Amino acid sequence: MHPSSTRRLLRSLLIPILAVFTALVIGAIIMKLAGDDPIAAYKGLFQGAFGSKRGWATTIRKWSPLLLTGLSVAVAFQAGLFNIGASGQFIMGTIFSVWAGINFPEMPIYIHLPLALGLGILGGMLWGAIPGILKVTTGAHEVITTIMLNYVAALFAGWTVYAGGSQGQKPGPLWDPTAKAISRTPPVVESARIPFIFGPPYRVHWGVVLALLAILLMAWLINKTTIGFELRTVGRNFKAAKYAGIRVGWTVILAMMLAGALAGMAGAIETLGVNFKFAPEFSGSVGFEGITVALLGQTNPFGVGLAAFFLASLAAGGAKMQFDSGVSTDIIQVINALMLAFVAAPAIVRWLYRIRKPAEEEEGVPKISWGGG
Amino acid sequence: MTQRTPVLEVKHITKRFPGVVANDDVNLALYEGEILALLGENGAGKSTLMNIIYGLYKPTEGEIYVKGKKVEMHSPRDAIALGIGMVHQHFQLVPVMTVAENIMLGAESVKRGLLDVKKVAREIQELSHRYHLDVDPYAMVEDLPVGVQQRVEIIKALYREAEILILDEPTAVLTPQEIEGLFAIMKRLQEQGKSIIFISHKLKEVLYISDRIVVLRDGRVVGETTPAEATQERLAAMMVGREVILTVDKKPARPGKVVLQVEHLKAHSDLGEPALRGVSFQVREGEILGVAGVQGNGQTELVEVITGLRRAEGGKVFINGEDMTNARPRIITQKGQSSHVPEDRHAYGMVASYPVADNLVLNTYNLPPFAKGISINRPAILEHAERLIDRFDVRTPSPLTPAGSLSGGNQQKMVVAREFSRPIKLLIAAQPTRGIDVGSIEFIHKQIVAKRDEGVAVLLVSAELDEIMALSDRIAVMYKGEILDIVPREEATRESIGLLMMGVKRDERVDEIAF
Repeated sequence: MHPSSTRRLLRSLLIPILAVFTALVIGAIIMKLAGDDPIAAYKGLFQGAFGSKRGWATTIRKWSPLLLTGLSVAVAFQAGLFNIGASGQFIMGTIFSVWAGINFPEMPIYIHLPLALGLGILGGMLWGAIPGILKVTTGAHEVITTIMLNYVAALFAGWTVYAGGSQGQKPGPLWDPTAKAISRTPPVVESARIPFIFGPPYRVHWGVVLALLAILLMAWLINKTTIGFELRTVGRNFKAAKYAGIRVGWTVILAMMLAGALAGMAGAIETLGVNFKFAPEFSGSVGFEGITVALLGQTNPFGVGLAAFFLASLAAGGAKMQFDSGVSTDIIQVINALMLAFVAAPAIVRWLYRIRKPAEEEEGVPKISWGGG
Repeated sequence: MTQRTPVLEVKHITKRFPGVVANDDVNLALYEGEILALLGENGAGKSTLMNIIYGLYKPTEGEIYVKGKKVEMHSPRDAIALGIGMVHQHFQLVPVMTVAENIMLGAESVKRGLLDVKKVAREIQELSHRYHLDVDPYAMVEDLPVGVQQRVEIIKALYREAEILILDEPTAVLTPQEIEGLFAIMKRLQEQGKSIIFISHKLKEVLYISDRIVVLRDGRVVGETTPAEATQERLAAMMVGREVILTVDKKPARPGKVVLQVEHLKAHSDLGEPALRGVSFQVREGEILGVAGVQGNGQTELVEVITGLRRAEGGKVFINGEDMTNARPRIITQKGQSSHVPEDRHAYGMVASYPVADNLVLNTYNLPPFAKGISINRPAILEHAERLIDRFDVRTPSPLTPAGSLSGGNQQKMVVAREFSRPIKLLIAAQPTRGIDVGSIEFIHKQIVAKRDEGVAVLLVSAELDEIMALSDRIAVMYKGEILDIVPREEATRESIGLLMMGVKRDERVDEIAF
């Protein structure tokens, strides 16, 4: 590797690492102020995530959805788009895959599973395409449209599994009648379930490997293909992209479709590998955590992988932390939010640690202002 | 002269920005009633120095004296209070307000809690009269020509009782005739005892108007002279630090087939107003057609329409006989075998955060050998970059250096390298040397002429009349979205082109004289 690119890589790691460190320190101060023991809490957190085979298994299981929604946000970022809609795209992926998973009981696994996964990806992709098309044709900002589409997706998903009402309201089309008053789908049939690498009690499934492959695919796509060149050029300077002969509008739509596909894949894998059904409470905060993951990973696919692993370990260790130290798992949310704030506002971190701003704007994250139209 | 106390003096001014020394131990004195020219290339530190004097920057080291007294400035407000006024290159006027309103902004006259526009207008008329500025206080700024807007800026400074005026590249936006007007005003101000710092990189103007010339290079004062002692060649050498050939050597043109044909082209500006009102011309193989005109008369839109960046609302564009009206930029560059050096290199010509190597394939990344299918061939891109960097003398630490960290001249050489190294039949160069150093200008001019001699048709759009005169074989003058006239270079003079730039046609001129 070229020496200057090594230096750039190290410098790009600096802000995220300091952001994590600062968030953990502030988290500790909050615990201290609340009369808790932060050392015990962090010890519990670490042991919960890595202290046992089960801890490791949980961390790994929670890794893949964070990783995929993180990639979803990151790929949109590369094209200068802020995808707040990973949550909605995740839900659409879930609904599409669960529909395929609860139908077709006679199908062999080698057809059924790819079909269910593929439909999940398609669902997310279509949902992601909508804000892209709206942006290109009407100039509607993707931040607004993706947030709105999150609500639409969540409410639509809720309706599909609605158990019906006592006043004769009709139940949703995906509702499981055997669940009585509970709103949920029937379980996904065996042939649409992602096989385990390590079965119960660990329940680590092959979807994790798919997610890791997605990192490689995205790294290749972004850095080694003409499509990636187009995405990055549009994200960094859309006028120059136009000058270079790139179809800016199409590239924006493509970026949003890719983002949606990745979030949809997250939803599909969670459905077919972990939950085996859909219920409204599964609708994903994981889509929002994808924003933290993408920024912490500096929108670099490998960075996203690392950041997702870290957030997954926090999520996995929470229960043991609460059990060992009495600190509520809510503190994890606080730490997540602090990390997001610090990576999103690197100026604070630079100020805290007296780091000079690089002379030329060359961070991996492009500016996310794109003048519409 | 030296025994007098300067009205303004800076001593040992050093200004450091992270990684850059913009001003390095600069000493400068301005005497009463003097026009001092500050000459230097872009990036020589002229603007930084002026911003320090105007209170916008704090010097890292050094002191400022006004009328012999040491002063400390924290903002332009302090500078104004000390009698320092600045006319920026980009006017700081509100277009939808009247002249009087603009001038009183920040220094409002109030009568019984209401703005006293009448009083201000009276004062403006007085100032206007005393300095022959000829400005109507009630005119709306957006209706005024650029030259008049500049006078509004000057009045604004005078209204705030400026004794010292800093004019930052004031001639950049003016026609030759307007420049003469400005110089007359400067002389008048000088007679009335005002002291002026005139910033420029145009040698002729500096020699014409100033009493004393100070040359800056790389943040340092490298010389001081007077117009009597200096010549253009010597000044250029001082600016650049080496001998510079100012004239462009070129053989007579041998025009061939028509390459670019534009017929009755119409287009709108970004604001939706008509910017091109039926433009027609041809450019042949082996000739340079120069498009002169004051900025904002449709030149930008013309280039954008031809290159596919803006929609033509009417008319046709043919390249090599093929209809390319409203074709995509990629079709025009690749199928039309054309190159485009865009007017605004930061917005269109490059991606600042990309390495130089990637910028050098910005519009060819999808072609072999740089791509096979959708897979990008990094080694080929790097090798290509190394070759072009060498051939076009782009000064960069490495092909992987972000383009944004290069100097303006080297960024432009990078763009030129990319656009000139492809096999082309048509070259469209818009403001190809704007804001770059004399050395790079010299280099780019030679390259443009070399392309012409290879048989490429060249459309050159420039706001620099000297550039148009030096390079063109024929000169088209644009005014308000139309081409007023196309004249062969031999028949053109600065004066005749200048009049066309102001919208005076040749036949009308005859009438004028006859009248």
